Amino acid sequence: MDEFKEKATKIAAVAFNLFYGDFQALYQIEMKIPVNAITALIGPSGCGKTSFLRSLNRMNDLIHGVKISGQLYLDGEDIYKEKTDLIGLRKNVGMVFQKPNPFPMSVYDNIAYGPRIHGIKERRRLNAIVEQSLQQAALWDEVKDRLYQSALSLSGGQQQRLCIARLLAVEPEVLLMDEPCSALDPISTGKIEELILELKNNYTIIMVTHNLQQAARVSQVLGFFLLGRLVEYGPTEKIMTNPGQKKTENYLTGRFG
Amino acid sequence: MLAVRRLKEKTIKVLLFITALVAVVGVILITIFVFGKGWPFWEKYGLFKSLMGRVWLPNLDGESIFGLVPLIVGSFCVTAIASLLAVPLGVGCAIYLAEIASDLWSRMFRPAVSLLAAIPSVVYGFFGLIVLVPVIRDFFGGLGFSLLAGGIILAIMILPTIIAVSEDAIRAVPKSYKEASLALGASRWQTIYRTIVPAARSGIIAAVILGIGRALGETMAVIMVTGNRPLIPKSILDPGVTLTGTIGTEWAYASGEHTTALFAVGSVLFVLIMLINSIAIVIKNKGELK
Amino acid sequence: MRTRVRMAEKVAFLFLGVTAVVTLASLLIIVIHVFKGGVPHLSLKYLLGKPRNMGREGGIFPTIMGTLWLLTASLLLAVPIGLGAAIYLNEYTQKGLLVKIIRYFTENLAGVPSIVFGLFGFSFFVIYLKLRWSILSGALTLALMVLPTIIRTTEEALAAVPDFYREGSLALGATKWQTISKIVLPAAAPGILTGVLLAMGRIVGETAAVYLTVGGALHLPTSIMQPCRPMTLHLYILAGEGISLTGAYATATVLLIGVLILTIAAQILGNSFASRNIGKKG
Repeated sequence: MDEFKEKATKIAAVAFNLFYGDFQALYQIEMKIPVNAITALIGPSGCGKTSFLRSLNRMNDLIHGVKISGQLYLDGEDIYKEKTDLIGLRKNVGMVFQKPNPFPMSVYDNIAYGPRIHGIKERRRLNAIVEQSLQQAALWDEVKDRLYQSALSLSGGQQQRLCIARLLAVEPEVLLMDEPCSALDPISTGKIEELILELKNNYTIIMVTHNLQQAARVSQVLGFFLLGRLVEYGPTEKIMTNPGQKKTENYLTGRFG
Repeated sequence: MLAVRRLKEKTIKVLLFITALVAVVGVILITIFVFGKGWPFWEKYGLFKSLMGRVWLPNLDGESIFGLVPLIVGSFCVTAIASLLAVPLGVGCAIYLAEIASDLWSRMFRPAVSLLAAIPSVVYGFFGLIVLVPVIRDFFGGLGFSLLAGGIILAIMILPTIIAVSEDAIRAVPKSYKEASLALGASRWQTIYRTIVPAARSGIIAAVILGIGRALGETMAVIMVTGNRPLIPKSILDPGVTLTGTIGTEWAYASGEHTTALFAVGSVLFVLIMLINSIAIVIKNKGELK
Repeated sequence: MRTRVRMAEKVAFLFLGVTAVVTLASLLIIVIHVFKGGVPHLSLKYLLGKPRNMGREGGIFPTIMGTLWLLTASLLLAVPIGLGAAIYLNEYTQKGLLVKIIRYFTENLAGVPSIVFGLFGFSFFVIYLKLRWSILSGALTLALMVLPTIIRTTEEALAAVPDFYREGSLALGATKWQTISKIVLPAAAPGILTGVLLAMGRIVGETAAVYLTVGGALHLPTSIMQPCRPMTLHLYILAGEGISLTGAYATATVLLIGVLILTIAAQILGNSFASRNIGKKG
């Protein structure tokens, strides 16, 4: 049952540091993230978990003055190498944001956006991809009659599943989720958690969450961040029931948040 | 594949950068050509002598006298008249729209102000010629073609600028100022002139200066109503000339040295307006920093 | 004491209301007066007819075409360049010295008076580049004149597009240009269009800059290398030289109708743009 030991490593962080100008956000992060499992990153606000997540697909590059040191390996290749294909990286490592951000287009065009920009033009192929992605995101039945309506007309939970489907359409291997349910109601949250559990069989998922119960429900591996350092990292069940570090125990029992 | 894509993105960035430079190149070229073409004039007639010269008398054959004082006085007068009329009207209108008028009224006003701004200057000039000039002639005597006519028409023309920029400045004042004043028992009017308008002061000043700049730069409307007599006027009912108007009217028959003189006049105009606009920008930025 | 304050307020508000009325009245007086004189003379025959006797009689078709040629050519030059500059300034640069310099120059360009544009257009395009009195010379001059307007409004429209659209696109593996062309520009389109309409209004209404560059020949243009006479110039000549009062009224009316349509279109578009974005602020 120990995903941690049995599965191959998909992503490895080695002595990874992140700076926003003079401010250091991440200190010497060492982590091995297993393939086809859900790894949850928890910790209080501002502890660096989102910064780390955004480093995994180099979305941090968009911020002015960002510097890193160390390595982040995806399938053995350092993604911060000079010659890294950023576009390919982002296609392969997809991201779902805290607030659903569908484009102001139809449902169909939202899903088809990814494949289209990567060169797929044939209508029949796009149709198949759209249906398949929406099926995978458990949204097909709800939108199959509204494919050409604006995506903004969907409910919050549906929009988030749409964003996941949009992501799946470009066939990534890794899914990064930045508090995907924090803007949603409990029922939608439940649906999305179900979805994420299904997806883990085919994708490596790394999820930032504020919700400890969610982390317990959903993840197999847990990483606890505090003030830019990775305090504890290992199988979820073990950390939740028997944390190795005092700080972890304090956070889990609500002594600080 | 990767290299091709990188090259394409780089090329696009370079192309876009070039378009951004067009404005820069444009200003530089304008400066070079307008000042360049006017330079011989200053060399021959001297900078201070021309700026102080009281007679503007281009002569097609023979000695011309190119004193800029009538032009500068004329420009100054019409701009001053326009400002005296348009500033109270415009700022008052802006206050009314931003603070007093109901939402419905102020929303209806916006298209009206935009329309005023969009009317071509020749149409203003035409109106001035047909309606305003005869009215002034009937009321005050004289030719009717006068600096007064120029000032009135310009006032209407710069009204939209003053209204729009002032209104923005007034609306930008934080609601908390207004609420604090009203909570202390001040009336709405007291709140307006003691709190809101002073807070919006720099924006309003910027609006006025922009309006003045526009008035100075206007050509067609003033040509059609000021009479274009290049003498120093004795009253606002006299005809006169402006820097812009001189260029506009004499262009058609100017040649050689005269043309160079007109470029020199253009240079003076350019410098004046750049100065005024720079002041407005500085004031606007200082206000925004607050 | 309180009654005095209330009196003062009533007087002040009355005065302010009067300023609004005066502003509105000046607009109405001008428009109504011009329409009264010109509308009776507007007929299809007039609009499509050729002028005779130097404009004393006949129609104004060549001047309408002159304005349209000038408008089209100027837009074809100004819009791509203005769009490109705005995209570069808003999407590609960080805050830096270079951006400040470009913005400073663009603001300065906006302040140049139209007659100085005319002088420049004449000395640079007509004479130096040897383009002679032509629609092209006029269009190049006008394009330069409206460039700051287009850049400014496009930049505003681009800045209003929320960042999370850009992030969503980039996270899917799109390139920067794909994101701009497929997501940002379409979302900013109404705002950009408003700016273009404003520029059109300025071009249609401009006289001084074209006076010195397009020549003023009263014929039907067939190429951009030919001179032309736009309606504004025609109005100036008819009225200024006292050639035809009715012709002047009619031309002024056509001009007013033109800018009226453009202004109202810009207002409508501007309102739909604003209301679209109110929903986005969450």
